[in-house]
Parts: sequence; C-alpha cells; structure tokens
Amino acid sequence: MAYSSKVMSHYTNPRNVGSFGKDEAGVGTGIVGAPECGDVMKLQLKISDEGVIEDARFKTFGCGSAIASSSYVTELVKGKKIEEALAIKNSLIVQELNLPPVKIHCSVLAEDAIKAAISDWQKRKGEKGSNKKEEAA
Amino acid sequence: MVKLPIYMDNHATTPLDPRVLDAMMPYLTSKFGNAASRNHGFGWEAEEAVDKARGQIATLINAKPKEIIFTSGATESDNLAIKGVVEFYKEKGNHVITCVTEHKAVIDSCKALERTGKATVTYLPVDKHGMVDPEDLRNAITDKTVLITIMFANNEIGTLHPVVEIGKIAKEKGVIFHCDATQAVGHVPVDVERCGIDLLSLTAHKLYGPKGAGALYVRSRAPRVRLTPIIDGGGHERGMRSGTLNVPGIVGLGAACEIAGKEMAEEMARLTDLRHRLQAGVFERLDDVILNGHPTERLPGNLNLSFAYVEGESLLMGISDIAVSSGSACTSATLEPSYVIRALGTDDELAHSSIRFGLGRFNTGEEVDYVAERVAKEVVRLREMSPLYEMAKEGIDLKSVEWRRE
Repeated sequence: MAYSSKVMSHYTNPRNVGSFGKDEAGVGTGIVGAPECGDVMKLQLKISDEGVIEDARFKTFGCGSAIASSSYVTELVKGKKIEEALAIKNSLIVQELNLPPVKIHCSVLAEDAIKAAISDWQKRKGEKGSNKKEEAA
Repeated sequence: MVKLPIYMDNHATTPLDPRVLDAMMPYLTSKFGNAASRNHGFGWEAEEAVDKARGQIATLINAKPKEIIFTSGATESDNLAIKGVVEFYKEKGNHVITCVTEHKAVIDSCKALERTGKATVTYLPVDKHGMVDPEDLRNAITDKTVLITIMFANNEIGTLHPVVEIGKIAKEKGVIFHCDATQAVGHVPVDVERCGIDLLSLTAHKLYGPKGAGALYVRSRAPRVRLTPIIDGGGHERGMRSGTLNVPGIVGLGAACEIAGKEMAEEMARLTDLRHRLQAGVFERLDDVILNGHPTERLPGNLNLSFAYVEGESLLMGISDIAVSSGSACTSATLEPSYVIRALGTDDELAHSSIRFGLGRFNTGEEVDYVAERVAKEVVRLREMSPLYEMAKEGIDLKSVEWRRE
C-alpha cells in the first residue's frame, strides 16, 4: 500500500505532538479508540473562556494514517471556535490526506477525538473546582 | 555500508538463488518440451529433468521419488491433501483435526469442508509458545477421524510443533497425518519416515526456488495413502494432479532442494547466530519488547517481536528501507490482527504491535546490526508519540482503563 505524500509528511514530521497537563486550566482531553483495536488517539485542546481553541496537542497509537489524521486535526482546529471545531466532518480529513477507503476509520476517530476533547472541556468548566475524578475515558 | 533496501521477509518468499536460475534456464529456452510427450526427444528430456527433480526433492525429505506429486505450490498441495483425503475416505469417517494457528490454506480448506457438510473439524489450541499439546491431539481423535493436519513450523512465529510425537499418535490410531511443511523444508531437517508423515506440502519459493512450483508428498506404503483429485484432466501425476507439468519450475524446485540439503547444517547455525544477534541488538536498546513464539523450538531464521505501545504498520512505515512484515490489522487484507499471535493468549494489542523478521540465506551480520539500530530508533520515536506509552510510564494500568470503542 502506498501512502499519500500528505500522510507521509505528517507521519515523518508530526505537528503538535505532546501533552498538556490534564488539570491545567482550559484544557480538554479526549481519548478515543482502544489498544486491542490498534488505534488510540489522545487529543488535547487548550480553549479560552470565550470558547476559542488556542492550542492543541496529540499523541496517537496507531497506523501512519491515524497519526497523520490526528496531526492534521491539531493544525485544523487551532484558532477555531468550538462550534466550528464540532462541525468538522471526517470527510474533510479523508479529502485532505487522500485516505484510501480502508483508512476512513482513522478520520472518524480523529473527528471523535475533537468532540471528546471539547466535551471534556465543557464538563470540566461546569464542574470547575471539584474534579478529582479519574477521566481516562 | 549496508546496501538498501534490506530484504528480511524470507517467510513471505525468498529470492531465487542464482544457482537455481542456472539450472532452470535451459528449460525456459531450448528445452521446452512437454514432459508428457512420449514420442520425441523434446518430451524425453523434459521428463528426464522432472524425474531428476523428483529424486532431489525425495532425498531432502527421505521419501521415494514416485511419492512426489507436483503442484502449483503449497496452497494447492494443502487443498489437495485435505479435500482429497476427506473425499476419498468418506465411507470411513468425516472428522478432521487441525490447529488454530495453521496457515489459511489449511484453515480455509477445513472451513470449506465444514461449510459443504463434508467434514466436522476440531481446531486444537496452542500454548503460549504456539505449540500444540500431543495429548490434546490424542484426546480429540475419534473413530470418525480420517485426517490430522498440523504444520511443521509456523509461518508467523516460527514455532516448531512436536511433529515426531504427532506422527506417532497418528500411526498408533491409524489416522492419516498431513503436514504443511512449507516453512520447514530446506531450513530444518524434515524426514517423513522419522516424523511419521503421510502427506507433506512444500513449495519452491520458500527455499530460494521459483514461485509457482510446489509438491505434495503422498506416502505409497504403510499406509498407502489415496486421494481424490481436485483437478481433473489428463491424469498426470498418477492421476492425482492433472495438468501439464511446469518443467522449469520443477527443475528449480529440485535444484533448490539439493542446495538446501547440502548447506542446511551450516546455514542453520549461521541463521541461528544472526537471529540471536538481532534479538540481542533490539533488547539491549529497548525495554518492553516481547518475543512471540518458542524461545528455542523455532525456525532458525524467524524472529517475531512485539514492541509494546507501538502499532506495527506505523513502525513498518518508519523503517521503509527494511522489508519485514507485521501482524497488525492494518497490514492484513481482512483488517483483523494476526490470529496466530492472538491464539497465544497474549493481549490483542501485542498482535497489533508485532513485527516478523525473516532471516535468510542472503542476509548478513552487517544487515542485522543495521536493522536492530534502525528499528530501535523508530520505536523510541513512535513511543514518544504514543499515549499508551505515556500512560504506562505514569503508572496507569492500561487494562484498568475503560476505553471508548467506536
């Protein structure tokens, strides 16, 4: 299987790899997928009180297309309002990275990671001050 | 400097040995006769070449030349052995015993027999090293059992089954024993008498011969094994496999067998050393690497490792100048991770993280050192990118986490 040049570019030179502190203010963490399925994505978004995504970090266990999808998403969401980020469809990722049909699930996972990270941020915002709960999921 | 790319996927296929090509060349050019032409010199020289190859193959596995039936490869040999025996002995019984880690050519032949109602099949489990327990086999045999089909060496993890014991049990119970020895012939000693094998599949391209040439050994006495052919036609190969013989391929298979037999002892020692060197080179650079398969009872050239927290296909991408393969779902046509590694009872994620290194005749120590270093470097890079590695380092038990599956 040949990879598209964009997948290769993100794979060899991934953007925004890393982590924010989970308890840091304004950080939403989304972890999607499962190890036994061969894909786990962790996407973290730093979101301002006004709901603008200021920064993003990812770590991904998965194939090259999964790594590329999450890397691309970190670039894509930066500067967007959360409503705009929530409107991102996986088809956009498929198109940008030229993913073949067997890799579409990687883009779905990346879309889900955005939603999970934002939902975590909203939850933490709501519960502000009283969350010592483990949030691995 | 090592020459790139490096081919280290010798369980998938092996390069053609130049000596084999030399032997084949006349039969690809001037000696083009049909081995079944009985009335002229073109046919006679082709037949002579085929007979020579029959002898070379028989010598390697301690069989008689007439017990060698030529096929297109091991998949066909497996199909013919399994379907042919079940059909021929249908009055006697309809039960087949195999093992969960067999090659798809065996598993899917068995599944086809189940689907068409021609046989019931028992799939024996394997232990954590991928070996069947001969006692499980003994207990699975019923008075309806007509065939035991268990491989000599596994193509993914290299584990060698206790074939001698399996053969003994088969004899004792009067059941035909088919052995898919595709990965073993030419690499480790295979002796159909010593192992009590009644049918044996092999193929040329796994032992430095050409693709498209294989054989099925069919025991001629004690017991005489009979088969119903799966291909009908001119009645070639004692009626068991019709079709004009692939003379150049067969000549290549014969030559490959002769070379393998002569060089086996030396080659086994050399490949075992290279494997240990590769394993040591990886283990001294990385932690959390798991050896899949048996620590000692394995093919000399097989090293199968799981690199925890790293997905196999992404690792292959990072070492694109090295040809190896992975048990990751992403590298398989079915999008399922390796059923062989999953059968070992380890975590499914280790199947996704597995890499098979297949060392062969043309690999060198220099290549092994390069591969160990290159793989380790890429694993370190990908672990830095892996949320699982991060969580494991934070002391989180990955099994206790409730994952969000889609």
